[in-house]
Amino acid sequence: MKKILATLLTTSILGLTACSNDSATPSSEGIQQEDNKVVVYSSRAEHLIKPLFDQFSAETGIEVQFQTGRANALIERLRAEGANSPADILMTVDAGNLWYAADQGLFQTLNSSIVENNIPAHLRDPDQLWTGLSVRARTFVYHSDKIQPNQLTSYEDLADPKWQGRLCLRTSGSVYNKSLVAAMIDRHGEPKTAEVLSGWVNNLATKPTARDVHVMEAILAGQCDVGLVNTYYYGRLEADTPNTPLKLAWANQDTTGTHINVSGAGILKHASQPNNARKLIEWLSSETAQQTYGALNREYPANPTIKLDPQVAAWGEYKQDQLNLRQVGVLQQKATMLINRVGYE
Amino acid sequence: MNSKTIWQISLWALIILISLPLLRLLSAWFEPNTEIWQHLYDTLLWTLVGNTLWLLLGVAIGVTLLGVVMAWFVTMCEFPGRKWLEWMLFLPFAIPAYVLGFVYLGLFDFPGPVQSFLRDTFGWSGLDIRQGSLSIIIVMTLVLYPYVYMLARNAFYSQGNGLIESARLLGYNPYQVLWHVSIPLARPAIAAGVMLALMETLADFGTVSIFNYSTLTSGIFSVWEDFRSLQAAAQLSTALLGIAVLLILIERWSRGRARYDATKRMNSRPYKLKGAKAWLVTALVSSVVFLAFILPVSQLLIWASKTLVEEWDSRYLDWISNSFMLAFGAALLTVGLAVIVNSVRMQARLSWPLKVGIRFANLGYALPGSVLAVGIMLLIIDLGELVAPGAGIWLSSGVFALLLAYMVRFLAVAYGPVESSFDTITPSMTEAARSLGASTPRLVSDVYFPILKPGLVIAGFMVAVDVMKELPATYLLRPYGWDTLAIRIYELSSEGLYDRAAIPSLMLLLLGLASLYMVHLINKRYKIRAR
Repeated sequence: MKKILATLLTTSILGLTACSNDSATPSSEGIQQEDNKVVVYSSRAEHLIKPLFDQFSAETGIEVQFQTGRANALIERLRAEGANSPADILMTVDAGNLWYAADQGLFQTLNSSIVENNIPAHLRDPDQLWTGLSVRARTFVYHSDKIQPNQLTSYEDLADPKWQGRLCLRTSGSVYNKSLVAAMIDRHGEPKTAEVLSGWVNNLATKPTARDVHVMEAILAGQCDVGLVNTYYYGRLEADTPNTPLKLAWANQDTTGTHINVSGAGILKHASQPNNARKLIEWLSSETAQQTYGALNREYPANPTIKLDPQVAAWGEYKQDQLNLRQVGVLQQKATMLINRVGYE
Repeated sequence: MNSKTIWQISLWALIILISLPLLRLLSAWFEPNTEIWQHLYDTLLWTLVGNTLWLLLGVAIGVTLLGVVMAWFVTMCEFPGRKWLEWMLFLPFAIPAYVLGFVYLGLFDFPGPVQSFLRDTFGWSGLDIRQGSLSIIIVMTLVLYPYVYMLARNAFYSQGNGLIESARLLGYNPYQVLWHVSIPLARPAIAAGVMLALMETLADFGTVSIFNYSTLTSGIFSVWEDFRSLQAAAQLSTALLGIAVLLILIERWSRGRARYDATKRMNSRPYKLKGAKAWLVTALVSSVVFLAFILPVSQLLIWASKTLVEEWDSRYLDWISNSFMLAFGAALLTVGLAVIVNSVRMQARLSWPLKVGIRFANLGYALPGSVLAVGIMLLIIDLGELVAPGAGIWLSSGVFALLLAYMVRFLAVAYGPVESSFDTITPSMTEAARSLGASTPRLVSDVYFPILKPGLVIAGFMVAVDVMKELPATYLLRPYGWDTLAIRIYELSSEGLYDRAAIPSLMLLLLGLASLYMVHLINKRYKIRAR
């Protein structure tokens, strides 16, 4: 029995490794000469990036291999792989993750005048370690039967007791909320931000939800009247039900501008194909890609010269918060601590 | 060195390999994170601990009740539809908890169709089912009761008719038989099933996060993501290990001296129910099958029919084959490991350090897959720094790290059934075969293997299905080109695209059912004849 087992074990191990060698694993031999490919680790969901990569490959002949994962896990994995990492690019959503990857020394400088021309400075790392590639605005969604758009002014105003029992929020575990709070800390300092957060918590109609989608569903069902979402989630809802009573309104137009975040990317320090990586990021910042990038997920292009998708354009012009997004990353941990202290679940 | 010593040494080597990731996590305590701990202590810690214990208690009661009662009905009673229902009660095992979570939330939460209907027709004011812990306990119970059901059902069958007949002669009614005969005899099996369900509950991240219910496991994620501290996350995860140890001790204690004696067989069902009583039982059992299986699957089918065109992709074939290969490979390795441990155990009394080592190696089941994966990554980082620069390539060039993670995580699942099959081999069997002149290979192939086979197949099946459903470790450790169905489900559902996630969910379910059918075919010959 022992022999049988030993053979079984060995064959299964060998079998499985053989399989994994067959599949196009980036191998260490390829390090010297640049292959005609580029390897991307991405925390952006695959159905949002694959069409872009396919288009890039078709235009340039460079193959894009990508691996998805949660941002913190990918960052940990990159650290574990060290100089042997097959990856050339790290692509994430949320500026906090990009800042952290940069802080951990995972990126090399982009060195690209193309990117600098295409993407405005507040969406890029001041040290050129990463760049934003799409902009996501987090703002009010409300039930148009119950609220007039002029009643909605600022994130801070949602803490006012007049919204008691009318507010729905996504969980504070969402990185989008943490970044929003981080931006508020930068503006108002911790004590004032804590007051705002406590106000939000007091006004909640129901326990914070797991996703932005649930916030909109709750408003539709009459559980609450107003919430905060990333606009592309609303875009999806609107595309499915064009005459939805839910509407978007822009936050903080008279003050700091609506809070934005980015999805973005940087070239990894240990990239074996840095030139291909640069080409891909430059291409992603270019007009063709930015058009698709936005259209795929109804986000805002990071490149301001791009004409908006008609559905997105219909939501109107808005003033963006100009705070450099690295600052959001730096303050994220403080934001979380504050969130925990005020008991925002 | 004689062969026994060699086996003992190799056993130690295997146990250490399995325990290394756990030890690496424990070693995180060498680097204190006072600031983070102070913050946790001031804010979340007690909520996390309280929520976790509350959830465990609820799930323990839920799975015991459902698992034992269902198992007792199908083994002891004859009622309409019994044969079908007996099999259907297994099926929820193939549904990942997080899938049932998002289906139930979609159906039953305030905005869902059920409450909308109640509000529109009866003017009901509505209810947020995510408040409190009841709904998450129900969801977890509905996916995890099969662990108890499976083991209790086997135990009830193997009690034989004799005792029950005697109890009836003494004037026991069915409830007294259940309480005073069946349950006490099946206690070790029930305890083992509850244990597995609780370990799974402890490690769950997907389901609790859909309900925004904070547990120690979600706390670990938040410490990792928010405070960017793997060390503190690893420290917090040792709290999970602590709870798991406590559970194991409770299980050992509750077993008492009861021993699982599987030599007898039922040859007929003692209670042939008639009329209203029979239909009542049918209704009760069917309602469990309905809630845990038919309802969620119908919802998934409705969603899938709307999104099939948009979501279908030829890469699904790859994802299916990856899910299958990983599940199969991990099942083989894990069951193999359990068999090696047990065959050494059979040959010689184990020293107590070895016994403790084996128990320790079984703890991985209580850890969230991602934490375990982190333990493995930390190990690889250490390895790279200390001995072999370039060890990181192990992560990206093969499935070694991933298979190791599966083995550590699911050894406990395989260990139980394998251990109890080994326990059915009595010294007298070996002696009898020896005295008839059987050589060692013949002893193994003609005596041991047939006895062990059903248990090994069940163990393999349970590991395989668990691996297919496993998300976090796979997501972290898979090499390029090894995406699975579970990963697709996660990617879609994390974007809120639940209707599209129905497609990979159903495929995963089919794959699980196919494995269950394979088990049925392989073990057919050993099926307990109940008629």
